[in-house]
Amino acid sequence: MPRTAGTAAPRPRRTRDWEAASLRFAFGAIAAVAVVVLVAPSLIVILTSFTASHSLKFPPEGLSWRWYLALGEAHQMQRAAWNSLVVAVWTTVLSVALGTAAALAIARSRAAWARACDVLFMSPLLLPALAFGFAALIYVHLLGFRPSLTFLVLGHVIVCVPFVLRTTGAALSQLDPALLDASRSLGAGGWTTFRRVTLPLIGRGVGAGGFLAFMASFDNVPVSLFLADERTEVLPIHLWQQIETNLDVRTAAVSGLIVVLTLVLMVLAEKFAGLSRQLR
Amino acid sequence: MRLRESQLALPLAALFVAFFVAPLAVLGALSLSAEPGLASFTFRHYVRFFTDRFHTSILLDTLWLGVLATGTCFVFGFPIAWICARSSARWQSVLVFLVVLPILTSVVVRTFSWIVILGRHGVLNQIALGLGMVDEPMRLLFTELGVVIVLAQVQMPLMVLPILTVLSRIDPNLLDASTALGAGAWRTLWRVTLPLAMPGILAGTILTYAACVTAFVTQTLIGGARLIYMPLHIYSQAVGANDWPFAAAISVIFMFAVLAVVWALNLLGRVDRGAAHA
Repeated sequence: MPRTAGTAAPRPRRTRDWEAASLRFAFGAIAAVAVVVLVAPSLIVILTSFTASHSLKFPPEGLSWRWYLALGEAHQMQRAAWNSLVVAVWTTVLSVALGTAAALAIARSRAAWARACDVLFMSPLLLPALAFGFAALIYVHLLGFRPSLTFLVLGHVIVCVPFVLRTTGAALSQLDPALLDASRSLGAGGWTTFRRVTLPLIGRGVGAGGFLAFMASFDNVPVSLFLADERTEVLPIHLWQQIETNLDVRTAAVSGLIVVLTLVLMVLAEKFAGLSRQLR
Repeated sequence: MRLRESQLALPLAALFVAFFVAPLAVLGALSLSAEPGLASFTFRHYVRFFTDRFHTSILLDTLWLGVLATGTCFVFGFPIAWICARSSARWQSVLVFLVVLPILTSVVVRTFSWIVILGRHGVLNQIALGLGMVDEPMRLLFTELGVVIVLAQVQMPLMVLPILTVLSRIDPNLLDASTALGAGAWRTLWRVTLPLAMPGILAGTILTYAACVTAFVTQTLIGGARLIYMPLHIYSQAVGANDWPFAAAISVIFMFAVLAVVWALNLLGRVDRGAAHA
């Protein structure tokens, strides 16, 4: 019913208040349910991991540390965790270095090549990562190599570098170019300007991107599925196979550890890189 | 100076050409060859895919799964973003933190916790049985409903964050003006907030959709062996059946299908922007 503003009689105040309240209530209720559903699984997995029994029941039957202590004997899992850490660290270092450099080139350029590069570098976020993982495996084979840690890291960089590009690009777009001109006119060279002016101003963006890249690499399955072998087995793949074959409570204990470590890292990232602001 | 700055993109561009573009090109070439050796050209694998209902139904199931999961993400994600945009800075950080927590927790771990929740003796069934809502445990694991629920939880942040960004940039005066002109809160939401939030909604929808259809871990662990979606199909053809050319063809089809959906959504965004200007 199109009504023009001129003829629309203002509604009674009470109706409007009721409408506003009902909207607030409806959205508040849905959001509350959603937030509970978002958080509950992490809490439940932590609580379950302290069970004293052999079954994954919630609420747990009795409380104990036994499954966490059992992790000390889980050598295969430990090796997988170590591999994951090595790969994630290398991936983060390379993603931050290459991604920040590329962001500097692309972020403030309106040229066609810059936009093309932007689309190319961001496309791993949209393309099915599993298809890329498989393509990388074929490619490595075709070149006559066997999958190795190097290729695993390179594959991870491809799918993790978009996070660095995104947060760094956002930070760069808020950087006042006048500051760079001022630095140059005061006699600083390109490198000095970068180190003393640009980097301090975009540091939080780079940091947040590095954090996201680390988490994405540590968590990656689709690429590792094809590029990791027995020697380079990583933690998510190991856990995935564990869950598929025999569900044991040690998996819950590792999960509990991962959730707690993630929380700690997130609090650190929030404190030092203002993560929640960088993500928007 | 400009030349030097632009050269900074070269290392990453080189890596992408050598390790992203080239592998995808090889994938495409392999999908068109009769033997694993890239020799002799054939469309056989594509014909095989599209003439067999078994294969095409997996593709359609996967694309439909994405629609269901993305829709669920929107229904629950928009209110979160809406409430978040209206909260004080402090609450906003807390809410964003809670929303981001799941996506940064390992996806295997998140999916695993859902097995504990959705299983026959899981939390959900115990609650439903305890309250007398059902007489016997519901089957949630290994069902499409289960996969949709878990995907929605796992990918929710991808929907919430872009919407939150646009919502917090909307000029509050526009909402006041709408109220002053006599529109109620629901009408303001429908006629002012939603249209203005469209770019964020589309960005969120694209990211969520792309993530949901390729979520291998969630699909395999919650869906089990009987609910087959494209990622598992590629994996089992490549690793299980060791049929690399056919797996390559499935990968190419899947990639183009996802890109087509993304492209269509982008187009929708352009039409929408055009309508806003008219």
